[in-house]
Amino acid sequence: MKDLYLVYKNLTRKKMRLFLTTFAIFIAFLIFGAIMTLRGALNSGVEMSADNRLVVVHKTNFTNPLPYSYVNKTQAIEGVKQVTHANWFGGYYQEPANQVVTFAVEPESYLAVYPELVIEPEQRKAWLNNQASILVGERIALANGWKVGDRIPLSSNIFSHKEGGQTWDFVIEGIFRGAEQKTDTSYLLFHYKYFKETQSWGGDSIGWLILTTEDAAMNESVAKAIDNNFANSNAETDTSTEQAFNKAFIEQIGNIGLIIFGVVFMAFFTILIVVGNTMVLAIRERTAEIAVLKTLGFASIRIFKMVLIESCLLAFLGGLLGLGGAYLLIQGASENLARFLPNLVLDQNILLQALGYMLLLGLITGIAPAISALKLNIITAFNRG
Amino acid sequence: MSNQNLFELNQVAKRFTKGKETISIFQDLNMQIKDGDFLAIMGPSGSGKTTLLNLLGGVDQPTEGQITFDGQRIDNLSESQLAKWRANNIGFIFQFYNLMPMLNAARNVELPLLLTNLSRSERQKQVKIALELVGLSDRADHMPSEMSGGQQQRVAIARAVVSDPKFLLCDEPTGDLDRQTADEILQTLQLLNEKFGKTIVMVTHDPSAAKFAKQTVHLNKGEFVKAEELSA
Ligand SMILES: Nc1ncnc2c1ncn2[C@@H]1O[C@H](COP(=O)(O)OP(=O)(O)OP(=O)(O)O)[C@@H](O)[C@H]1O
Ligand SMILES: [Mg+2]
Repeated sequence: MKDLYLVYKNLTRKKMRLFLTTFAIFIAFLIFGAIMTLRGALNSGVEMSADNRLVVVHKTNFTNPLPYSYVNKTQAIEGVKQVTHANWFGGYYQEPANQVVTFAVEPESYLAVYPELVIEPEQRKAWLNNQASILVGERIALANGWKVGDRIPLSSNIFSHKEGGQTWDFVIEGIFRGAEQKTDTSYLLFHYKYFKETQSWGGDSIGWLILTTEDAAMNESVAKAIDNNFANSNAETDTSTEQAFNKAFIEQIGNIGLIIFGVVFMAFFTILIVVGNTMVLAIRERTAEIAVLKTLGFASIRIFKMVLIESCLLAFLGGLLGLGGAYLLIQGASENLARFLPNLVLDQNILLQALGYMLLLGLITGIAPAISALKLNIITAFNRG
Repeated sequence: MSNQNLFELNQVAKRFTKGKETISIFQDLNMQIKDGDFLAIMGPSGSGKTTLLNLLGGVDQPTEGQITFDGQRIDNLSESQLAKWRANNIGFIFQFYNLMPMLNAARNVELPLLLTNLSRSERQKQVKIALELVGLSDRADHMPSEMSGGQQQRVAIARAVVSDPKFLLCDEPTGDLDRQTADEILQTLQLLNEKFGKTIVMVTHDPSAAKFAKQTVHLNKGEFVKAEELSA
C-alpha cells in the first residue's frame, strides 16, 4: 500500500507522544499477557481434573496422614471404581532450592486413576518391575535434561533414608507425557512400597487417597458414604471432587477471577481513554493537512483507512511489545514457579486473544477520528484554519 | 495558444445557507477560460474570489448552473468522481503552501502521484523533474521547516505540476512572500504558462502580481466588473 509511508510518518511525527502512548499500551498488554497466563496456569488444574475423580484427605488438615487401611476400606464402598493413594515426598534435586514435586504412589492403581498420563508400554513395564526406579514427567525431565536410564539423586526435606542421609538414588525407567497439552507433567512418581521400606520412620500411613467413581453422578453420594464410614475414627476424612479440591486450593489465594477481571478491565479502560484521546487530538491537529490531501484528490475513504491503519499500528506496536515483555516475564517466573504453577505458559489462546484485543483497541481508538476525517469538508476546514 | 475554451461557466449561482439565512455569492455568472490562458482575478475581500476558485477546482459545487471543463460537465459529479477529476486535471497552489510538515520536499511533491498507477521509481523520476523545474533539486530531502517561504511555495508548485495537470489554480500564491521572492514565484508560473502550456487562474490582491498574468478580471460583490487593460 502506497500510503503506508504517509501513515508511518504521521504515526512517528511526535516522538514523545508516540513513546507515551506506546508505553501505555505496552503496560496494558504486559498485564494482560502475564495475568491471563497466570489464570490459565491456576485454572489448568481445575480444567484438567477428571469429573469422576474424588480426593480423600484428613478432615482436620489435608497435610495430616491417613491410615493405610483406608485404601481397602474405601475400595469396598459402593460406587467406588478404583482407589489409589499418594504420599508427599518433599523432594529436591541437588539443592534445596531446586524443588521437584515427587509422590510415592502405588504404581498400577495410580496410572489407572490417572489415564491422562501416557507412557510407552516398555517403559511402563520397566517402571512397574523396578522398585527402585522413578517415573518422570516430561516437562520436568526436559527442564533438567533427564533421559531414560539416567540415575538421579533425590533428597527429601522431610524424610530420612534408613541407611543415613536424606538422599535416595533412583534410576529413571520411564518418562510420561500428558494426553493433552495442559496435562501437568512436572512431577515424579516412585513406588510407595520402596518408600516405606527405605525410609527411617517406617509406619503405614498414606498422604491422601484418590479414587474414581463408577459414574460422575454418584460423586456426591460416594463422597458422603466415605466420610460417614470414617466418622468418629481417629482420622476423619474430607472427600471432595478433584475439581472442587483444586478450586478450593486456588481460592485460598483469593478470588482470582474477580481480581484478574478487575485488573485487566482497568488496564484496558485506561488505555482506551488515553489512546483514544490522543488519536482524536492527533487527527484534529491535522485538519488542514487532511483538507489538502482531499483537495489533491485523495478519496475520503482512503483517508479514513489511513487513520484506522495508524491507530491499529499503534495498538499492535505497543501490544506486541507488551506481549513480548509478558513472555520474558513468564519465562523468568516459570523457572522459579515451575513446581507451583507447572502450566505457566503464554499459550496460543492468549496470544490470539491479545491480537484480537489489539485489533479492537486500534479500531475503537481510531474510529472516531477516522470518521471525522472521512466527513471533513474541505471548504469548512480551510475556513476554520 | 488555442482558442478553445477549457472552462465554461453557464448561469452559475452559488449560495451558502447558514441556518435560516442564505447568502448569495454569485447569481447568473458566466465565464470562459481559454486553454493556455493566465488569468488573474482581483477584487476586494469577500467578493467571492476563493469561492470561484473552489468551483473551478471542483472543491465546491454550484447551487445552480453548469460548469464545463474540456467539454465535460463537472457540476453534477459525485464527491468521489470530483476527487478523481481533481487528481487528473487540477494543480492547486495555496497561499500558505500547505505542505505536509512530516514529509520532505520530494515526498511532498510525490503526493499527487500516489493517486496514479506509477511505480515508485517512475514516481521518483517525475518528482525529480518537477523539483528541477522549480529549481530545488538540491533540496529534495529537506523538510518544510528547513525551507524559506519562497522555497516552500516552489515545492508546492512542483507538487501542483508533478502529475502534469492542464490547469493550475493559485489562491494568493504570493500573499505571504516578500516582493523579490514573489516575483520569482510569479516568473515560475509564467514559465509554466508559456513554455509548458499550463492554463492558470490566480487570485491576487497585488496589482504587480497581476501584471504577470495575460489578463486580469475584477470581481466585486459576485460580479465581474469591466476588466481594465493593464499596461506595463
Ligand atoms: N462555507 C461558507 N459558508 C458560508 N459563507 C461562506 C462560505 N465560504 C465563503 N463564504 C462567504 O462568501 C463570501 C465570499 O468569500 P470568499 O472566501 O470567496 O471571498 P474572497 O474573495 O476569497 O475573500 P478574501 O480576499 O478575503 O480571501 C464571504 O462573505 C464569505 O463569508
Ligand atoms: Mg480568498
